[in-house]
Amino acid sequence: MTNRPAFSNLMKAVQEGHFVFTGELEPKKILNLDEIIHSAKEMKKTGRIVAANVTDGPQGDAYMSSMVPSYLVQEKANIEAVWQVTVRDRNRVALFGDVIAGAVLGLKNILTLTGDHTALGDHKKGRAVYDIDSTQFAEMLSMMIDDGVDYEGNEIEGGKIEMNFGCVANPNSDPREPEILKVGRKVEQGVDFIQTQTAFDIDQAKDFLKELEQFNIPVLLGIFPLKSHGIAWYFDNFIPGVSVPKDLLKALKTAEKENKGNKQGKYAAIDKINIEFFKPFIEEIKKSTKAAGIHCMAVEYERLFAPLLGDFPEYVK
Amino acid sequence: MIITQLKDIDQIYNLIKPYDKILITGCDGCCQPPRSLNEAKVLGQLLELKSRTEGKELKWKAITVLRQCDDRIAATTCRPYIEEFDAILTLACGLGVVMMNKVLPEILTFPAQNSMFGGVQNTGENNFIEYCETCGDCIIGETGGVCPRAGCAKHLSNGPCGGMVEGMCEVGGYTIPCAWVQIWARLKEFNRLDLFKKYRGPRDYRTSTSPGYMTIYKDYTNIKEEKEEKK
Repeated sequence: MTNRPAFSNLMKAVQEGHFVFTGELEPKKILNLDEIIHSAKEMKKTGRIVAANVTDGPQGDAYMSSMVPSYLVQEKANIEAVWQVTVRDRNRVALFGDVIAGAVLGLKNILTLTGDHTALGDHKKGRAVYDIDSTQFAEMLSMMIDDGVDYEGNEIEGGKIEMNFGCVANPNSDPREPEILKVGRKVEQGVDFIQTQTAFDIDQAKDFLKELEQFNIPVLLGIFPLKSHGIAWYFDNFIPGVSVPKDLLKALKTAEKENKGNKQGKYAAIDKINIEFFKPFIEEIKKSTKAAGIHCMAVEYERLFAPLLGDFPEYVK
Repeated sequence: MIITQLKDIDQIYNLIKPYDKILITGCDGCCQPPRSLNEAKVLGQLLELKSRTEGKELKWKAITVLRQCDDRIAATTCRPYIEEFDAILTLACGLGVVMMNKVLPEILTFPAQNSMFGGVQNTGENNFIEYCETCGDCIIGETGGVCPRAGCAKHLSNGPCGGMVEGMCEVGGYTIPCAWVQIWARLKEFNRLDLFKKYRGPRDYRTSTSPGYMTIYKDYTNIKEEKEEKK
């Protein structure tokens, strides 16, 4: 673990020993951020979600840049952002420029990501940048935070930036060993925390967390509550290495079929399925692993927060 | 080898449309799949047919050149023919096209192909794969002979990205192996995971900035002698 101070509420909560939750917001191809802000406010209300990840062009799609929504979430919803930054679209010069701009806006957490390739997104003809990779980005951030310099060692006027940053690990990677070794390299470059890709298999998740223990760094395990059968099906088929349990897929399909035309009934049935699956899942992770918390990717699914997280201790003021 | 791909016939036809007599030159060099005399003849026949559909009579001749990127070979092979023709259409890679324009400045040479990448044919298979992107900073000595720059869709120096399934890359629909999984497997086999764990700093892109330029000095190296530096 780095000796870096906790600049963000997320890192402070982790250091205070709380079992933390982070949420996820996805600004898409949209001009109006009201829904994102509303969702962030709902996260804040739970008293359990300490920070909200703001995604940066997931699946390689051209979406709104994550910096401004991260800032607005902090300003308008009063919840800290975990600003996701991929190395897919910006070279080292642009990354540096964005990070100091984000620091000026008061952003306190960065999540470093490689980013899904443009070949998978909606601008397939575009050139993916990848000037530096996410491990090198971690080194660059360490230099900016710990030494107050850019990636070539030139001083930043005004000194060090005050941020914490994390990296991603994927429990679904196959084979897993190179993934773990890669996380080791990132930890060497000074990351403060890890948020993982989504896990559905409890044994696989526990194994993965066990392997990450060697790095002595807070890990937030990713979960992805399934708002509809369509989303579950998409996840199962299109997200690399993720398979949604067949029982869960079937239950969602049945719930939607049985409540055709009855919106409230459908919502209640789907929520029940998610709570019955994920609540014991989180409890098991909390009880039997050293995970620092859960990264709950319930995107646009705010109504689940209270029933899913309500029984866990409140710690966010 | 330079892996090349024939342009669409309409595209080629549009390039040579303003000319009535063209010399079509194959290349016996490293261009793959082979683009030699036979391929040049077939292309000539296709263009002749295409011209007729447009009511035009195209005169053409096919020859082949040992290596079009060699200035002397390209010049001596093609020079005897050029007076009879209005333009040259070449089946070489981009290097051949440039060299022909350079050594035969009085006539325009047009490309019939797209140059794809530096690669080889997969043994026993009908596909080619990129193995080298001529980056100017070779690291395959540390990666078990597998290049992560040419072989990884994201050109990662510290891979894998995590998106591999059963060792296959998410880019291209899991049809191409993940270079970083190959590197890991190879280094593990030789008990050299120390090399895999090693952090690699950011690339110095000056080694691959276009246009590439290199001078060879008296001792047959490209390292500048100190005295010359002082000049």
